[in-house]
Amino acid sequence: MNRDSPLARFARDFSESRLALAGLGLLAGVLLLALFAPWIAPQNPYDLAKLDLLDARLPPGSKAGPGLTLSMYALGTDGQGRDMLSAILYGLRVSLTVGVTSGVIALTIGALAGVLAAYLGGRFEQLLMRVVDIQLGFPAILVALILIAVLGRGTDKVIVALVTVQWAYYARTARSAALVERGKEYIEAARGLGLSPARIVLKHLLPNALPPLIVVATVQVAHAIALEATLSFLGLGLPTTEPSLGLLIANGYEYLLSGKYWISVYPGVALLATILSINLVGDQLRDVLNPRLAK
Amino acid sequence: MGVYALRRLAQSLVVLFVTSGLVFAGLYLVGDPVEILVNPNADQEEKLRTAAALGLDRPLLHQYAIFLKGAFSGDLGRSFVFGQPALEVILERMPATLELAFLAMLISVALGIPLGLYAGLRPHALGSRAIMAGSILGFSLPTFWVGLLLILVFAVQLGWLPSTGRGPTEAVLGVPLSLLTWEGLRHALLPATNLALFKLSLIIRLVRAQVREQALLDYVKFARAKGLPRSRVVGVHLMKNILIPLVTVIGLELGSVIAFAIVTESIFAWPGMGKLVIDSIFQLDRPVVVAYLMVTVFLFICINLVVDLLYSALDPRVRLGAAK
Repeated sequence: MNRDSPLARFARDFSESRLALAGLGLLAGVLLLALFAPWIAPQNPYDLAKLDLLDARLPPGSKAGPGLTLSMYALGTDGQGRDMLSAILYGLRVSLTVGVTSGVIALTIGALAGVLAAYLGGRFEQLLMRVVDIQLGFPAILVALILIAVLGRGTDKVIVALVTVQWAYYARTARSAALVERGKEYIEAARGLGLSPARIVLKHLLPNALPPLIVVATVQVAHAIALEATLSFLGLGLPTTEPSLGLLIANGYEYLLSGKYWISVYPGVALLATILSINLVGDQLRDVLNPRLAK
Repeated sequence: MGVYALRRLAQSLVVLFVTSGLVFAGLYLVGDPVEILVNPNADQEEKLRTAAALGLDRPLLHQYAIFLKGAFSGDLGRSFVFGQPALEVILERMPATLELAFLAMLISVALGIPLGLYAGLRPHALGSRAIMAGSILGFSLPTFWVGLLLILVFAVQLGWLPSTGRGPTEAVLGVPLSLLTWEGLRHALLPATNLALFKLSLIIRLVRAQVREQALLDYVKFARAKGLPRSRVVGVHLMKNILIPLVTVIGLELGSVIAFAIVTESIFAWPGMGKLVIDSIFQLDRPVVVAYLMVTVFLFICINLVVDLLYSALDPRVRLGAAK
């Protein structure tokens, strides 16, 4: 590979900001922790038989019970004697899974709809964009809340709500990117060659409309994680058997007023670290992938 | 302009109609409110009586038809839980929410514009970098968690401000307001700050980006070349052009603040419509949920319309409803 391949240039531009690199490092750390949670966590927080109620609400640094691989509760325990560190690592997994899954589905639906609208034009485009405009006129939290109220609770329903909230952003971005690309000569050439519309949309338009979509995707995944946490905090999110970070924070709420801060604060720190690292990376991606700022 | 407003109105009616239908059917399918309302030991006969009293024994379409008929004459049904007209229940709590939203917007605009101006005019100063880093943090902080931290620090540990509830209200033209008394303001300060943080970050970034863009344009150079003092160039020439997009965003964000108040109100036990709708969702109080939705959608439609009209008034280049 020669030194000036697009990827190398991209990596060089990206690493110009130290803050963004720090964000990338933090994000990598968060992802690794979530991925390897079952091997890292001192305890399986879902195994109720292993929990000792006598160990409930111990402050950080207390001596741990026999079931743990660590000699102390590094971040304290919750109301049921669960090791907070383990609960947070597993919660991170749940939060990230829901956020990324909904992001990928929304990206797929939104990008296809947007690119198709740009390619086909006419009635389909008008209708789609009208729906997108109306939906984006309402705050995400309101749309998600109403959907959950209507659909009922459960992981799949939360994902449906998050996808519904997000797809419109992708559709709008994909359409405007594809509109620019559609006028270019290579699309004309592809049409001239008699390629099928499906092939032109999927193989030619979509890949070239991708950079702005990636930028939107980073922002949206961060939003999705925050939104899921908010819904779970309100008691309208994921089931309580496998708590996400938002639910962990909600569980600690009742102990907060008596000064037992760790049950709510540490899951919040994990949530903040996740969202912050994604936003830092996304911020830099926006600058690097923006053709108007290209040097 | 008139045609434009009419078309928007028609579109809004369609949105109202569709959302009400979806929510109506959805809540019907989710669960039976009678199970929640009656005493768990009640026998079948009493359940049937309750259902009949609430009109829940009729088929869904019939119920919806009754609702629609009432809606056209301003009656959105009776709350199952409160026994009052749903619209009344909502309107009683609306001043509390609007008050909170207003204070939050005030905080974010009053702090956001000067901070954004500073960061935009001196992009390389240390203070500007700190402001920008702070704004990324403000974007990333989950609102509800910040609320808990505010309670932990200012109410539990320092004991400076009350953690929950709304202060005493005073009627102004028949509307109960709490911001006019010191005690009321103290109660509102934490929730309003919580609600303002995200918007503050947004306004800082928007103002900064606008200042950096506009400062390069010819009219700024010309004003400077004329020898106008810097304060006039920034305060009058630059400000006028920054205000146009800012007004749009502030207007639209007002709607989002009202929606986001759902979260803040739940944390701080603020007796507004947001907390009401959460409670109503749990209690399957369908008339209140549907009425909340109707009222909020209506509020949003009004806000969006006002923003559009304001936009065209501020920027003579914008012509509403012009052919594409």
